[in-house]
Order: sequence, then C-alpha cells, then structure tokens
Amino acid sequence: MAVVFEPTKGLLDVPTHYCPGCTHGIIHRLVAESLEELGVIDKTIGVAPVGCSVLAYNYFACDMHEAAHGRAPAVATGIKRSLPDSVVFTYQGDGDLAAIGTAEIVHAAARGEKITTIFVNNCIYGMTGGQMAPTTLPGQVTETSPYGRDVKLQGHPIRVSEMLSTLDGAVYVERVSVDSVANVLKAKKAIKKAFELQIEGKGFTFVEVLSICPTNWGLSPRESIKWLQDNMIPYYPLGVKKDITQQEVK
Amino acid sequence: MAKRVSLSGNEAVAFGMKQINPDVVAAFPITPSTEVPQYFSQFVANGQVDTEFVPVESEHSAMSACLGAAAAGGRVMTATASAGLALMWEMLYVGASMRTPLVLAVTNRALSGPINIHNDHSDTMGARDSGWIQLYSESAQEAYDNLIQAVRIGEHKDVQLPVMVCYDGFITSHAVENLEMLEDADVKNFVGENRIAPYALLGKEPMSMGPLDLPNHYFEHKRLQAEAMKNAKNVILEVAAEYEKLSGRKYSFFEEYKMEDAEAAIVVINSTAGTAKYVVDNLRAQGKKVGLIKIRVFRPFPAEEIAKALKNVKAVAIMDKLDGFSASGGPLFNEVRSAMYGVADGKIVTSYIYGLGGRDVTSVNIEKVYSDLFSAIETGKYEVYNYLGVRE
Repeated sequence: MAVVFEPTKGLLDVPTHYCPGCTHGIIHRLVAESLEELGVIDKTIGVAPVGCSVLAYNYFACDMHEAAHGRAPAVATGIKRSLPDSVVFTYQGDGDLAAIGTAEIVHAAARGEKITTIFVNNCIYGMTGGQMAPTTLPGQVTETSPYGRDVKLQGHPIRVSEMLSTLDGAVYVERVSVDSVANVLKAKKAIKKAFELQIEGKGFTFVEVLSICPTNWGLSPRESIKWLQDNMIPYYPLGVKKDITQQEVK
Repeated sequence: MAKRVSLSGNEAVAFGMKQINPDVVAAFPITPSTEVPQYFSQFVANGQVDTEFVPVESEHSAMSACLGAAAAGGRVMTATASAGLALMWEMLYVGASMRTPLVLAVTNRALSGPINIHNDHSDTMGARDSGWIQLYSESAQEAYDNLIQAVRIGEHKDVQLPVMVCYDGFITSHAVENLEMLEDADVKNFVGENRIAPYALLGKEPMSMGPLDLPNHYFEHKRLQAEAMKNAKNVILEVAAEYEKLSGRKYSFFEEYKMEDAEAAIVVINSTAGTAKYVVDNLRAQGKKVGLIKIRVFRPFPAEEIAKALKNVKAVAIMDKLDGFSASGGPLFNEVRSAMYGVADGKIVTSYIYGLGGRDVTSVNIEKVYSDLFSAIETGKYEVYNYLGVRE
C-alpha cells in the first residue's frame, strides 16, 4: 500500500497536553515539517514561551530552551549570537509576545536578529484561563472583560504584524490562519519561507498565525473556526505585511 | 611581565573583559556602570576582541540574551548597577538555577527610591539570595583581579554558577588608581581560550534547557544548586592560589588586617575598607589593639572562617552599606553574628548602617566606631543597632 501521509520527524511521537480542538497541534506540525524539509532539525534550537505552549520543548525534535515569560526573543538573540550557524526560532502566544514581551519582540525585530518567530494569536490568555489579552477584539467577552472589551476603558487591540512590518530589521512578516485546509497550506508556505530567509541570513522573520481557543472562548471547535473567520480575520487581515525578497524583485 | 597602569575601576574591568575576550556581551547602560560596556564596545568596534556585542533594549533583555548565549555554550559577560540589576532580577534566579556560568560586573549603586546614582550596597545585597556567587572589591585592582578569577570560579565543573563582581560606584568605578594588569597571554592561559561547557544547546546530546520543574524534581534541583554553592568555597581558594602564582596578589574569602591580637574589630565590604585600614594604622600607632575584616566573598558565605577570625576579639562592629529594613540590623551584621554563634560566643557584636546613597564615610566616622567599641568593652554599655553619619 502506498504511504500517503507520515508523521514528521520534526515532532516527537508523544501526546500533547493541548485542549481538544486547539490549533497549536497544526501549527507545531507546520513548523516541524518545515524544519524537516529544510533538513535543519539537527541544527535548530527552538525557544518555548510561557503560556499554553510552555511545554513545546516536549514535542519538537530539536534542542529547545524554555524562556521566562515574554523573554524568548532576547534569549533567542543570545543563542543565535553564540551559535550563528544554528537555526533559531521562538514559538510564542499573544500573552507572552504582545503583552509582557512587547519590548523583546520589537527590539529583536529592530536589530534584525536572524531568528524566526512563530506568533500564535488567539485573542485571549489561554493558559491562565481566558483573560483579556492585548489582542482581544473590541467587544470580546473574556474572564476579565465580562461585558466585552470596552476600548474606552481597556484600549485597542495591537496588530503586531503590522507594527513589526514598519521596522527595517524585519525582512519578512506575514499573517496566516489555520482555519481551513487552504489557509493551513498557505501557513505552511509562510513558515517555511520564514525559515528559508533566516537560513539565508536575511534578517528577522515573523509569522503570525491566527488560532482558536475553544476552551476559553466557550465554543465548540467548529464554532470557534467560524468565530475566527467572522471576527478575527476582518480585524487581523491575512497576508504578507512585509517581504524584502518581493521588494527586491520589484 | 605585568604592566603598571593608571585606570579607573570601570576601565580596569573593561580592559579585563578585553583580555578575557568573551563570546557574547549583551548590555544596557546605567550610571555608574555605563563606561564598562561603552569601553568594551570600542574594543569590539576596533576588532580587538572576537565578541558578539548586543546593545539590547533593557537590562532584563541583557540578562535574557546572556543566558541564551551561555545556554548555547558561550563565555558571556555583562555589566550593570542598581535599577539595572533590579530589572535583571527574574533572570538572575533563572541563570543560577540553569547553572549558566557568566560574569556580571556590578558597580554598586543605591537602589531607588528616592532615586540616587551614588554608592551603597542595596543593589547587590538584595540579590544575595539569587544563587549567584558574589565577589566584592575594595579597589580597581581587586575588581580587575576578581573579574578574571570569576571566569574560572563560575566555569569550574563542580560549580557552574554565575558570578557577580561588585565594586563601589563612582568611588571605585570612576576614581583613577595605579594598578597592575596581567599580560594578555597570561589572562588567556588562565581563563582558557574557550569555555568548556559540560552541556550546551546543539552539543553532543539532544538538549532542552530550562524546562518546567514541578514538585517531583524542583527540590532536588535546588539541592544540587546549593551543593554547587558549597563546592564554590574550595574552588574559590584553588583559583585564588593559582592566581597568586600568576599575579603575586593573595586572595581569600576575606582579608584580615591587623587582626592577630585585635580586641576591637570592624567587618566591612568594598571601598570603605581602605578608609578603615587608614584608621586602624593610626589607632595602632597609638597602641590600640584594633583590626579589620574585609569581606571579599559574600556568596558562598564563609561562616566558619569568619567566626574563627573573630574568636579572640572582645568587640566587633559589623558595617552594612544598606538598610535591610529588617528592624534588626543589616544583612552582613545578621549573617556574621549568626556565624559567630557557638564558635565565638560572648562577644560584643554591634551593627552599623552607614553611607547610604553615597553619604561620605570619613576616617572620623570609622574612628567613632572603634571608640564606641572600646567604650562598650570598658563599660559594658552599648547600643546594638546604630546608624553612622546620619542626621537625626
């Protein structure tokens, strides 16, 4: 019988702790497949965040470093500067990256650190149990915004990809989603490209992945996907925000 | 052959770093430490070192990047002071528990608030329980010597801990003194060309660094960390003996100055020891039996050795250049007094808080401490908790 689909060598053969319906598993696989296809698993170091993916070091088949909350881009900076021939990525959620770690991500991007950041945005603090995040949409109900986020009181969501795309050190910034087969394939392409550009030594690469949190959104996985499509994509439009290789072509 | 040079403390430390030639330096400027990374960045720009210099956005990120670089097997150094050290706080504990040797030069400066840029020890003394080795320095010479020894101490296979080298802000960091620098080649030989990390990312075996460590292993992890700190005591002495052969300068856990027959002694840290030695000399000339202990190694704390050194005094004043706000004396006082229990009992032991926020400490102040001690010996009457040189 022909083999049509196999586990990726970039992930260990272990169960994950993620909630049913969570899209972290898909995103892990896309990162792992990219590393496998590029043949760099053995020279890759991933930096795990604090948040739902805190245990990511248990799943990826490369060497991993667990960073303190928000500090993954700074830790990754040190690792890459110490081992310039390695491939270094951070895998961070929106609480880790867009709240407590805002300074780290902005300055790692501004310095053009030759690392790749996979930013998983699900508009909520997942691991702590569904509190409002900087990425929480206006009107979105969370544990700490029970009547919906009021932008007059709690400010506006941060569009991280757009913000980072203004920095010259960032060479590739794209927002993708894993809500459909077509979008999963696009996400894979973006993640692989981000790693390719890192390997070519171009500079800082960043892929934001819109993700769902059925548990804390209080929706089924199917409803969650629809909520992402109806609410998140309009606020966080998909697509390439910056790509210096395209600018070079132009 | 060693070179005689005139340098400020910060210059001495920066030149020491140049001779050590670390793999990565990630730093953020703060008064009065700023010059260290600034001078060092000039060595980087001139190609005089092979270091990756990362001018990060904060001290928190400086320490984060240093930890990442050390986890990747690099030899790593940085510098800071005061609020910068406070911003590193979270990562100080992470670095010690991850057993990542790296060297941090701290110019001691008062910790806000009120905001103050001058010297006291509230910054590093607050970090005394972070799991870092702490070496203190009276002079630029000692800061330089401690810096070079710190590399060997922290990287020793039985230790694998980060080391803070502390010296007084402005007083030592900015004053120019004559000191002796080792030859570049001697420093290179002494520290070894590269750090030999027993474990590192992308090493021989698959590796995860810093993972979650819950009740089933955290305690054992901490126990090993405590053992490493104990091991550091022997290693500090071994490294000091080797360094003495190279430099002719002798180092131990602390310096005993005219302690042989001393009846009244002062225990002090950093530059104030210089002033106190001057006072000791003057009082000795008057026939008074006074002595001084200057702490070099505060972590690991040489409890037994200090107690032994104080065994024959009648009275000792322990001076803290910070207020621990414990309402029962400063941390040096409490640790020394506790160390004396059962070994050097029945002594008069007093606490002096002095020099906060850069308040000048003159020989007159130190003379008063000795005079208080002799008065206590003669009359049996004394205050345990004292403030020196403050308006009340």
